[in-house]
Amino acid sequence: MKQSMTSTAVEFKNVDIIFGDRQKEAVPMVDAGKTREEILDATGCVLGVADGSIRIEEGEICVLMGLSGSGKSTLLRAVNGLNKVTRGEVLVQDGDTMVDVASCDAKTLRHMRTERVSMVFQQFALLPWRTVAENVGLGLELKGMPKAEREAIVEEKLKLVSLDKWKDKYAHELSGGMQQRVGLARAFATDADILLMDEPFSALDPLIRDHLQDELLELQRNLKKTIIFVSHDLDEALKIGTHIAIMEGGRIVQYGEPEEIVLNPANEYVAEFVAHMNPLNVLRCASLMTEVENMRRDGDQLILDKYDAFKVDLDGQGAVVKATFDGKLDLKLFSYSEETELADIVSDCVVALASPDITMKRAIELRQATGNPVLLVRDGRLVGVVGDEEIYQGILRQSSIADAAQ
Amino acid sequence: MSSIEEWLIGHKIPVGKWGESFFDFLIDNFSGFFDLFSDVMSFLIKGSVEGLLYLPPIVLVALIAALAHFLQRSWKLSLFVFLSLLFIINQGYWEEAIQSLVLVLYSTLVCMLVGVPLGVAAAHRPWLFSILRPILDLMQTIPTFVYLIPAMILLGLGMVPGMIATVIFAVAAPIRLTHLGVSSVPTPLIEAAESFGATKSQLLWKVEIPFALPTIIAGVTQCIMLSLSMVVIAAMVGAPGLGVPVLRALSQVKPDMGIEAGLAIVIIAILLDRLCKQRNAPVKGA
Repeated sequence: MKQSMTSTAVEFKNVDIIFGDRQKEAVPMVDAGKTREEILDATGCVLGVADGSIRIEEGEICVLMGLSGSGKSTLLRAVNGLNKVTRGEVLVQDGDTMVDVASCDAKTLRHMRTERVSMVFQQFALLPWRTVAENVGLGLELKGMPKAEREAIVEEKLKLVSLDKWKDKYAHELSGGMQQRVGLARAFATDADILLMDEPFSALDPLIRDHLQDELLELQRNLKKTIIFVSHDLDEALKIGTHIAIMEGGRIVQYGEPEEIVLNPANEYVAEFVAHMNPLNVLRCASLMTEVENMRRDGDQLILDKYDAFKVDLDGQGAVVKATFDGKLDLKLFSYSEETELADIVSDCVVALASPDITMKRAIELRQATGNPVLLVRDGRLVGVVGDEEIYQGILRQSSIADAAQ
Repeated sequence: MSSIEEWLIGHKIPVGKWGESFFDFLIDNFSGFFDLFSDVMSFLIKGSVEGLLYLPPIVLVALIAALAHFLQRSWKLSLFVFLSLLFIINQGYWEEAIQSLVLVLYSTLVCMLVGVPLGVAAAHRPWLFSILRPILDLMQTIPTFVYLIPAMILLGLGMVPGMIATVIFAVAAPIRLTHLGVSSVPTPLIEAAESFGATKSQLLWKVEIPFALPTIIAGVTQCIMLSLSMVVIAAMVGAPGLGVPVLRALSQVKPDMGIEAGLAIVIIAILLDRLCKQRNAPVKGA
């Protein structure tokens, strides 16, 4: 089934995935909203995914998140047909058309697997009797590419993951982190635009995991693939994902951008995840700050803290013209941008002006470097302030979600 | 009670007759095929034996020692091969040893040609394996003499019925081990290949066979050993080789002859086992 072009890379449309022989009986039960246990008891079928619908745009990293058994891997594996879809469509972009992987013929599926979609596995799944280079070339070999052509591409992809010196080693001679880099290179080798990653870093040490996450983000900056990433770790999901789908018992319970999920967990299950995550890199100042309308005033001046120590003057357009401490000391205004090195901020007679889109972590760093509250400015106008009070509240908010979840 | 027994005995199920009529059916309808098969195989086997015996024994011994070095890169093994083969010449069983060796190698070849494809097919189709398993059990446990009789009737006396009896006894090993190797390929490896678009035959040749290879080779070694253990039985249907002096020693009560021929069989067994052993330990799974 082919449809007209959009910038959508992958779209799940009401996808049900059921394992077992009596799927016909199980489908109406899914429609009736029965739980997984009820369906298993009545039909002996295991509900993998129920009514999953998400649209993933080109260049996004969509993280499917949930506890083990929540159906996240099952949904992922529908994209390259490793799991059969019982009902619904899995549309994957191929040139100007969208191919429904759930219903296409074997030849089309093979085309999608060799050209459009590649995959990275949790346990690496490297062939132990092949060298690193032979493993990386697997996809190209299966496509039928001649050896000479293959070698150049393999070399290039190995350089990308900085393993070119290891190409003649066998997979088991490498550490876990390196093996997964081979897995990444193998997935990159076919130049497929869509990358499926099934808990790729879960089998690794926390430090190596962190390192590989950074590497992946770095690579993604240049490669701009569409990545569907499965994880059971919200911190990982928040760090990597541009969008997150949270799954529970085979159903998608919430789908949105990371901050949206942290700020408004859809139910207790999501709230419990959120309670255990680290908010520093996710929350943005816009959702922490005291807004300019809510600040106390002293004549023409706005008061920034509860001790009435910091005050700022605004001009007619709402731009900051002067900041003072204790009414005497003038503070220098320092415009912060992403390129600024924090080390450049030397004196403590400085107050930072920053975008409300900076993360909580960055705000704390600025607060610490300057010793003063951080002024948040959008389009030249002051929109709010983040000082100690706001930072404490941001952290406490997190732990109160944790309390509520328990 | 006794009446039930009488009834039981009185109504004997003619299993033996059924089997016999099955073989009659084979003889009536396929004797041409069996004759052809018998002729081709005995031509091949006899040709091989004559070819090997045409060479001066010392030259052949040196060649086998060189082969040992080529396969295993061990001069100790080559020396052992050289000396033990000289011992067989010294004892006067060279011709018989070559005949047995050829018979064993042809039996193993046939076993692998039949066993590996069957093992692969059974690994892909659980129903086929559930049919095969009792047949394999039967072939390995049924007393050899039972099927020697129809084999003799179908193929006459000589090398070929000996080889067939050997194959029936030994073919279960490669089937079982190939099945084991192919069906124990870890699912992630299969899925990895599938996710990059592997076809069924690519999956077989690029993933399943390479993964199962160490197990399949273990099947070859086992097959050789089982074939060798059939040397004496094969001699009973007229297959020449080291089994013949053993049988003669038995019928003429000659312990010295029995010991000499028996030692020669043991030497051949050790040599073949060491030659076929895998040099590298099998690679661990992913």
